[in-house]
Amino acid sequence: MTVPPKVRLAGRRLLQAVPALLGIIIITFLLTRALPGDPAVYFAGPAADAASIAEIRHRLGLDRSLPEQFLTYVGDLATGNLGTSISTGQPVLQEIITRLPASLELTLAALLIAVGVAVPLGVLAATRPDGWVDHACRFVVTAGVSLPTFFTGLALVYVFYYLAGWAPAPMGRLDIISLPPEHVTGFYLIDALLAGDVAVARSVLAHLALPALTLALFTLAPIARMTRAAMLQALGSEFIRTARAAGLSRRRILIVYALRNALLPVVTTLGMVFSFALGANVLVEKVFAWPGIGSYAVEALVVSDYAAVQGFVLTMALLFVLLNLVIDLTYTLIDPRLGLEE
Amino acid sequence: MHAPVPASIAAAGPAPRYGWLRHLRHVVTGNPVTGVAFALFLLLVIAALFGPWLVPYDPLATNAAAALQPPSAAHWFGTDQLGRDVLSRVVVATRLDLAISVAAVALAFVAGSVIGGLAGFYGGWIDRVAGRCLDTIMAFPLFVLAMGIVAAAGNTVENIVYATALINLPFYARMVRAEVNVRREAGFVQAARLSGNGGLRILAFHLFPNALPPLMIQVSLNMGWAILNAAGLSFIGLGVRPPTPEWGIMVAEGANFIVSGEWWLALFPGAALMLAVFTFNLLGDGLRDLVDPQRRT
Amino acid sequence: MASVPLLDVRDLTVEFATRRGTVRAVERVSFSVARGETVGIVGESGSGKSVSSYAVLRILDRAGRIAEGSITFGGVALDRVPERTMAEMRGREISMVFQNPRAALNPIRPIGRQIEDVLIEHALAVPATARAMAVEALRAVRIARPEERYHAYPFELSGGMCQRVVIAIALACRPQLLIADEPTTGLDVTTQKAVMDLMVELSRERGMSVVLITHDLGLAAAYCDRIVVMEKGAVVENAPAAEVFAAPRHPYTRRLLQATPRPEAGLRDLLPHPVPPPRPQAPGAPLLEVRDLVKEFRGRNGAAPFRAVDAISFTVHEGESLGLVGESGCGKSTTSAMIMRLLDPTSGSIRFAGQEVGTVPASRFARHPLRGKLQMVFQDPTDSLNPRWTAFRSIADPLLRLGGPERGAGRGALRAKAEELARRVGLPTDLLDRFPHQLSGGQKARVGIARAIALDPDLVILDEPTAALDVSVQAVVLNLLADLKAELGMSYLFVSHDLNVVRLVCDRVMVMRGGRIIEEGDTGRILHAPSDPYTRALLDAIPHLPAAAAPAGAL
Repeated sequence: MTVPPKVRLAGRRLLQAVPALLGIIIITFLLTRALPGDPAVYFAGPAADAASIAEIRHRLGLDRSLPEQFLTYVGDLATGNLGTSISTGQPVLQEIITRLPASLELTLAALLIAVGVAVPLGVLAATRPDGWVDHACRFVVTAGVSLPTFFTGLALVYVFYYLAGWAPAPMGRLDIISLPPEHVTGFYLIDALLAGDVAVARSVLAHLALPALTLALFTLAPIARMTRAAMLQALGSEFIRTARAAGLSRRRILIVYALRNALLPVVTTLGMVFSFALGANVLVEKVFAWPGIGSYAVEALVVSDYAAVQGFVLTMALLFVLLNLVIDLTYTLIDPRLGLEE
Repeated sequence: MHAPVPASIAAAGPAPRYGWLRHLRHVVTGNPVTGVAFALFLLLVIAALFGPWLVPYDPLATNAAAALQPPSAAHWFGTDQLGRDVLSRVVVATRLDLAISVAAVALAFVAGSVIGGLAGFYGGWIDRVAGRCLDTIMAFPLFVLAMGIVAAAGNTVENIVYATALINLPFYARMVRAEVNVRREAGFVQAARLSGNGGLRILAFHLFPNALPPLMIQVSLNMGWAILNAAGLSFIGLGVRPPTPEWGIMVAEGANFIVSGEWWLALFPGAALMLAVFTFNLLGDGLRDLVDPQRRT
Repeated sequence: MASVPLLDVRDLTVEFATRRGTVRAVERVSFSVARGETVGIVGESGSGKSVSSYAVLRILDRAGRIAEGSITFGGVALDRVPERTMAEMRGREISMVFQNPRAALNPIRPIGRQIEDVLIEHALAVPATARAMAVEALRAVRIARPEERYHAYPFELSGGMCQRVVIAIALACRPQLLIADEPTTGLDVTTQKAVMDLMVELSRERGMSVVLITHDLGLAAAYCDRIVVMEKGAVVENAPAAEVFAAPRHPYTRRLLQATPRPEAGLRDLLPHPVPPPRPQAPGAPLLEVRDLVKEFRGRNGAAPFRAVDAISFTVHEGESLGLVGESGCGKSTTSAMIMRLLDPTSGSIRFAGQEVGTVPASRFARHPLRGKLQMVFQDPTDSLNPRWTAFRSIADPLLRLGGPERGAGRGALRAKAEELARRVGLPTDLLDRFPHQLSGGQKARVGIARAIALDPDLVILDEPTAALDVSVQAVVLNLLADLKAELGMSYLFVSHDLNVVRLVCDRVMVMRGGRIIEEGDTGRILHAPSDPYTRALLDAIPHLPAAAAPAGAL
C-alpha cells in the first residue's frame, strides 16, 4: 500500500511544526525562569517582604533545578494550567479562551480586507508599471509600512468619531445597551447574523469597522508589495513569452500563466504578514479598548501580572504556528513541484 | 515586452563608479524622491544631535497655567496636560528614538551577518543549528516576542534595544545566508581558493562585500521597522517611562485626549514618528532602485 | 524570386528606450522567407538577430518599438494590424521556439494543458476534443507514451524533452512559419541533433517555412537553405547557403567563417592574419598521475549513492595538452574539481609533481606549497570574477596570497607584475582599473587567464574556457592559450563538450561518459577512427561547415 506523495509531504509538514512548538515552549519557559527578573517578586506583588517572597518561590517550585522546573512547566501546559492571574484572580486559560474570539474576529476581518484590496492592487500595478495605479500602489505600500498602527487608529477615531460622528466611541465590540448575541462561534458578527438580529449585527459591524481598517492598512502594504513584485517577475519570465508567442489572450496569460505562478511566493509571505498582524493587533486593541487577548496582555503588563503575560505570549505563538501550518499545507497542495520529485 | 535587451544595450547599464562622493550625488540627484528622503534624513540627524539646544522650552518644565493649549505662536505644537511644550518634547525625543533603533539595528546587523555568513558558507551542522534557532525566533509573532522579552527581562531602555535587535536578527541572518550560499560555488570563489585564500578570508573579503548592497537596503527598511517597534513597546507602557520625552509615550498620553478633541497632543509626536519611518523607507526604496531598477517596488 | 515570399521584412529598424536615450538595436534590416524555405539568421552576440525576429511577432520588450520599415506576412502588414489581429496570428500562422526550453514552459501547469490552451485559444478545439489533439501533438514530436506525459510537469522532463514540448506547442496549430531562436543552445550535441532533425522533418512534412536564429555557422550550414549574416544590427550578407560558404562576399562573413573551428583547419588558420605556429613542446616526464579516482555523492533520502566519477586513471605529461571530452553529467567537471583540490575524492590517488595531493583535504590545500602550481581557467568569465573587484585586484590576489617576491614588495612592484601579466594576455593595461561589468566577454576571459598564470603554474585546467564567448573571440583566446603554454612551459588539461575545439589545442583526448573514460588516444586517431560507438555518435552529431568553406587564402 503506497501513500500518495502529497499526503506524505503534508504529513511531513505537520511533523515539521513539532520543533517549532518545542522551541516555543522552551523560550516561554526561559523567559520566566532564566532571565534576570525574579518571577517570585512579580508574583508576590510590590508590597511583599523577603519571607513571603521565599515562601512563594518555594510554592512555585522556583527553588528546584531548571530541568525539574521545566518538566513541571510542560506538565502544567499539558493539563491546560497556565496559572492564575493575580489581577483578576481567574485562571489565565479561562480568560484567554473567553477573549480569544474577539482578537480572532478583528484579525481575520482585517486580513480579509487587506488581501481583498492588496492582491488586485498589486496585480494591476504590475501590469502597467509606472502607470497611475502603480504610483498609487507604491504610495499605499510606503504609507502602510510607515504609519504606526496606534497612530492610524487614533487618527481614524478623531476623524470618524470626534469630527464626523459616523463611528461609535472606540470602546469595545458593542454598544453598552446591546447584549452580545448568543455564543456560537464567538465571532459577534457571525453569531448576530445567525441569530437573525440585524440591529446587533449593525452595531458589531460599526464597532469592527475602524479597528479592522486600521489593522488592514498596516497588513495591506506587505501583501501588495509582494504581489506586485511576484507578478512583475512572473510576467518577465520566459514562459510568458512562450505564451505570448503562441497567441494566448491577454486575460489567459495574466490569470492562468502569470497570477497562478505569482501567488505561490505571495502565499509564503503571508506567514510574515500574520506575524505583523498579530503584533499590531495588540496596539490596535489598546487604542480601541477591544476586549481581546492583546488588551488583556497590556493590562497585565501594567500590573506585572506575569502569568497572564506568559499565557498571552504562548497563545499568540501557538496561533502563529497554526497559521503557518495552514499556509504550508496550502502551499504544498497547490505547488505541483513539491512532493512529486522522489 | 519580453525580448531580451541586446547585450550592447544592457552593458550600458549602471554608470561607472568614480568614488564615493560622486556616487552619493548620483543617488541623491537621480531620483527626486530619494533626494527628499536624504534631506529628511539630514533633518532627523540634526534634530537628534542638536535637538536639546535648538528647542524653545525645557521639554520637562511643567506649567499648569498653560495646560492643554492648542497650537499658537508661542507654542507651535500646543501644550500637553501638564503645560509642557509639545514642539520641544517632539524634537528632543528624536535622539532617544533614533538611538534605540540605531543601536538595535546595528546589533542585529553585526550578529546576523556573522551567523548568516558562517551558516551559509560552511553549511552542515552550523547551518542546521543556526537555522533551528532562527526558526524558533520566527515562530513567534515578533512584536509579541519583544513584549515577552522586555516584560521578563525588566522594563528598561537597554532591554528594548536587545529585544528589538533580537527580533530583527533573523532577517539579516537569513539574507546574508542566502546571499553567501548562492555564491558559495561561484567561479570567483573557486578562483579565490586557487589563489590561496582560506575559508574565512573568502567569506570576509569575497562573499560578504557582494551581500552588502541588499543588506544596506534591508538596514534602511529595518530602521523604520525598529523605530515603529520601539515606539509600539513604549505605547503599551514598556521601556521608556514618563516624563522622558519619547514619541510612542507621547502618542499614548495624547490618546486619552483624542476623544475630547485635543488632537495636537497625539498628532505631532505621531507625525514625527511617521516622518522618521517614512524617511527610512523612502531611503531604502531609493537604494533599491539604484541597485536593481528591475525590482522596484 | 518569382513567387511572393511568405515573410518579407523591409528596412526594419527597432529602437530601445534606455536610460541613456534611444538605442537602435536593429537598423534597416531586410530579408525574406519563401514558402517551405529554411532561412538561417547568423550573428554574434549583439548583432540584433533575436530582436529582428521578436519584432516580426511584435513581442518586443516594453522599451522596444518598431521605428521604421515594414513586415509583410502572406500579404498582411504585420507592423500595422491591430494587436487583436496580431494575437490571432501568433501561434496560428507564425510560431516561435525559444532557447532554454525548461524556462519557456509554465512550471506549474501540466504540459498537455499548455498545448490545449493554444488549441482552444485559436478555436481549433473545444475543451472536449482538446485532450485528444494535445496527445496527438505530443506524439507528433516523438514523445513516447504521450497519454502519460500529458499530465507531466516541465520539471519532470529532460531538457531535450522540454524542447520537444515547446515545439509541440508551437506547431499545434500547424503554422506556416516557425521562428526558432537558438533552439539547441545549452543542449548536448547528441540532443541538439535529435531536436534539429525533428524540426526539419516536421517542417518538410508540413511544407512549413523556418527561420533559424543561431550563433553557430556549422548548425546553419547543416540545416538552412539560405543564410542571412548580421553584424551590429545590420544585415551584411544574404545569399543561398552554398554560396555563403563557397564564396563569402562580406569581410565579416569571411572572418566569421575563418574563426569557426572545422575539421581541416589548424589553430592558426582561425586567425584573420597568418601567424607562425607556436613552438612545439616534446612531452616530458609525468606531471599529473590520476589512479582509480572515485567520487561518490550520497543519495538523497536513502537512495543508493551516486558515482559521479567511477575509478578513472590517466596521466598528464610535462608540456602536454590533454583533452577531456564529454556531455553534461558525464563527470568531467567533478574530475577537474578533484584535481584542482576544490573537492575531496572518495578514493583513489592524485599525484602531482611527484607528491600525493589527493589526500590533502580541499579545505586545507590553500596553504599547500603546490597550490600555486595547480591553477584553473573557468568556464564563465563573468561568474569567475568578483563583481566588486577591479581587474587589477583580481589578478593581484594570487600574488598577494601566495606570490614570492611580489608579496612583500609593495604596491609598485605588485602593479608592475600585474601589468606585465596583462600585457602577456593581451589586455590593455589601462583596463586594469575597471570592474568586470565594464569589460567585454573577451577582456574578462583575459583577466581570468592572467590570474591563472600569475603564479607560474605547472598545470592549468581549462574548463570550457571559450564556451561563453563568440567564435571570433574564441579563436583569439584559443591561440593565446596555445602561445602561453609554449612560452611558459605549462601543461593543460582541457575540459570541453566540443571535440572540434579540443582537437585544436590537444595532443591527446579522453572521452568520458557516465563517470568512466570510454576512449583515450591521439587526437587524430580519435577523430578519424574512433573505436567506441559513443565517440562516433558524438562526432556525427557535430554540425560541420561544408568542406569548401573558408579557403585558406580567404583574405
